Amino acid sequence: MSEFFSSCSYFGFFLSLGTFQLAKTINRKAGKEICNPLLFATVCCCVLLLATGTGYEVYYENGGRVLDFLLTPATICLAIPLYRQFTLIKKNTAAVLAGCLAGVVAHMLGCALMLAVFQLDAAEFATLLPKSITTAIGKSLSEELGGYPAITMACIMLTGLFGAVAAPSLLRIFRVKEPLAQGLAIGTASHAAGTSRAVEMGDVQGAASSLAIVVAGLLTVVFAPLFAGLAG
Amino acid sequence: MKYLKQALILAAVTFAAEAVKFVVPLPVPASIYGLVMLFLLLKSGILKLEQVADVGGVLLELMPLLLVSPSVSFLTALDSIQGMLLPVVIMGFVGTVVVMAATGWTAQMLIRWREKKHE
Repeated sequence: MSEFFSSCSYFGFFLSLGTFQLAKTINRKAGKEICNPLLFATVCCCVLLLATGTGYEVYYENGGRVLDFLLTPATICLAIPLYRQFTLIKKNTAAVLAGCLAGVVAHMLGCALMLAVFQLDAAEFATLLPKSITTAIGKSLSEELGGYPAITMACIMLTGLFGAVAAPSLLRIFRVKEPLAQGLAIGTASHAAGTSRAVEMGDVQGAASSLAIVVAGLLTVVFAPLFAGLAG
Repeated sequence: MKYLKQALILAAVTFAAEAVKFVVPLPVPASIYGLVMLFLLLKSGILKLEQVADVGGVLLELMPLLLVSPSVSFLTALDSIQGMLLPVVIMGFVGTVVVMAATGWTAQMLIRWREKKHE
C-alpha cells in the first residue's frame, strides 16, 4: 500500500482535503458542529497511515508539503486582521501585555508543577517549557535549553490542535466574553493553530490572537531560561 | 490578473521574511518576521489593504486546513514521546486550559476596568 501511495503525488493532498471536507459535510448535515474539521482530518490521516504502514514522509512528500508550503504566507496574512483592528489594540496595550504575561507565567508555573510531581530531569523540563508557543520558536528554544525538540514539537501540535478544537467552549465556560480578551487567550495558549480558529470567531479575535502569538513567543523566550534553572 | 498580483506581493513578503531569517541568527520563524513586515507595509501605507486582501483572505480561511499536515507529523514523535507521555498530555490539555483562563481573565479585567474609567 505504502508503495502505491508513494507513487501518487496527490495522495496526501487529496487525503487531507477530502477528510477535511468530509467533516464539514458531516457538520452541515448535522446542523451543528459535531466534529472539528482539523481534528477529524488529522485523526483520519494518522489512522490511515498507521493502518497501511505508510510513513509520514510518504504523506508529506506526496501532497502534505503543499499545505505546509502555504502555511507560512497564511500566517503572515494574520497581519491583515491585526492591521484592521490596530486602533482597538493600541487602546488596550496594557490588557494585551498583562494578559499575555499572565498566560506565559501560568504556563511556566504549570511546568514547574509537573517538574515537582513527576520528578522530571532538566532535559524533560526544558522540553515542556516552550510548548505553548509557535513551532519554530518553540523548537529552537527547546534545543537551546537542552530539551528534546521532537517531543516539544509534538506537544506544541497537541496544544494547538486542542486549542483550535476547544477554544470556543472553554472561553464560554470561563465567561471570557470580550472579543479582544478571547483572541489574546487563544493566541497565548495555543499559537497559530488556535489562531486559525480565532479568525473564524471574528476579526477582533483573529487580530488579538495573532498579536498574542508574537508577544507570548517573545515573553517565553525571555522567561523560559530563568525557569529552566529550576530543574537539576 | 488581480489575484496573480496579490499572490506575487505575498510571495515577495514571504521570500523577504525567509531572507531575514537566514541573516538574523535568532530562533524566530520566518512567518513571524513576515507578519511584522506585512503589518509595517500596511501601516506605513506602502501597501494598500486591497492589494493583498483577496488572496490574503483566502489563505486565512484555509489556515485550519493547512495545519493538517503539521498536525499529522505528530506520528513521527510517537516513539520518542512514550517516556514522558503523562506530563506531555497533562500540559497539552490541562496546561492549555489554565493558560487560556489566565490570559482571558487578566485581559478581560483590564479591558473592562479601562472602559469603566472612561465612562
